[in-house]
Amino acid sequence: MNINATLIGQSIFFFAFIWFVMKYIWPPLINALEERKKKIADGLAAAERGKHEKELAEQRAKEELAEAKKQAADIIAQAQKRSNEIVDEAKDAAKEEGDRIKAAAQSEIELEVNRAKEQLRVQVAAIAVEGAQKILKSEIDAKKHESVLDELAAQI
Amino acid sequence: MAGGATLTSGEYIKHHLTNMTFGQIDGEWRLAHTAQEAKEMGFWAFHVDSLAWSLVLGLFFIWLFRKAAKTVTSDTPSGLQNFVEWIVEFIDSSVKGSFAGKNYLVAPMALTIFVWIFLMNAMDLIAVDWLPQIAAWIGHTAFGADPHHVYFKVVPTTDPNVTFGMALGVFWLMIYYSIKVKGLGGFLSELAFHPFGKWGLPVNLLLEGVSLISKPVSLALRLFGNMYAGETIFILIAIMYSAGWSLGLFGGFLQLGWAIFHILIITLQAFIFMTLTIVYMDMAHTVEEH
Repeated sequence: MNINATLIGQSIFFFAFIWFVMKYIWPPLINALEERKKKIADGLAAAERGKHEKELAEQRAKEELAEAKKQAADIIAQAQKRSNEIVDEAKDAAKEEGDRIKAAAQSEIELEVNRAKEQLRVQVAAIAVEGAQKILKSEIDAKKHESVLDELAAQI
Repeated sequence: MAGGATLTSGEYIKHHLTNMTFGQIDGEWRLAHTAQEAKEMGFWAFHVDSLAWSLVLGLFFIWLFRKAAKTVTSDTPSGLQNFVEWIVEFIDSSVKGSFAGKNYLVAPMALTIFVWIFLMNAMDLIAVDWLPQIAAWIGHTAFGADPHHVYFKVVPTTDPNVTFGMALGVFWLMIYYSIKVKGLGGFLSELAFHPFGKWGLPVNLLLEGVSLISKPVSLALRLFGNMYAGETIFILIAIMYSAGWSLGLFGGFLQLGWAIFHILIITLQAFIFMTLTIVYMDMAHTVEEH
């Protein structure tokens, strides 16, 4: 229980330890703690930001989806309209083409009829002449009776 | 019980409460063989046991925390780092709670004081005879000393030199920062003109002087008193072991109970020393209003 130089020794230890702790132990430990605190705060902030961004993105996606739906509906309506138009156009074109073909056929038929008529006339004339010859038992001079023949042919 | 039947209870207690003292006696430097010799060595003597244990425990603290500080990471901490961080955070919040100024010394000092004093106090929990017996055996076999004259006190904080050594360290830092922050004039005027203004100068000096001096004294004596009393009770309980098996068994229970209670005391005393240090440092940094 004597007070002696132990006191001085202990004081020296005291300051030496404090100096060492202040220099080499406290700063790295407290820095790590601060850094971790900052990291956690950053992480929380980032999570919050992410949540907010997700909400925004969801909102945007919803909007975009609605827009896309509207566009699709527009496109479909347009397509329907266009298809109707095309059908109408095709109908018109087909009708026109049909009319044209019909007209061409009709004129051809008329032509054929006329030609057949002509041939028939010639043949009838020939038959008539032949018939007449047989009746008359003589030849008919075509030249002589040309006018008669023509008249006949015309009558047929 | 050290030395068996050759010691009386009184001698046993006295033996346990005497430090291994190294000093000059009759012109030669050697260990004191008796408490009387230790006393005669005067001021220039050292308590080898106190100093050695305080140094060893301080180095253990430094080693443990340095080990954690070297590999410290802000990512997932390891077990040791977790433990160290827990203490550091506790100290940091204590310092932030009581210390308003800006000083990079205070928190490391608080950490050192808390852990170091806790470790020194914790030596109290080792059964009182173990280490002194080992020391006596080593002293006897290795150095041929009379085992009864090998004194070995293992709890440094039961040595007033140790507690005063630390309290005076705090005291000098307190004065240093008082003068640094307030200037020499500010420091002296706080002593002279507070709390009664300049007409109460002598009373002021007396009051402030006493309160200044009482700070380190109360720091040192509180720790010393608590630990010395605790140690003495352990020694008294240990005496029961030599008084028959029934009393010995009773003593065993007492020792267990006292040790468990003592865990609270050693932590509390370390904490009080630390907190008061922080508060004193805070007082040194704040200019008091008149």
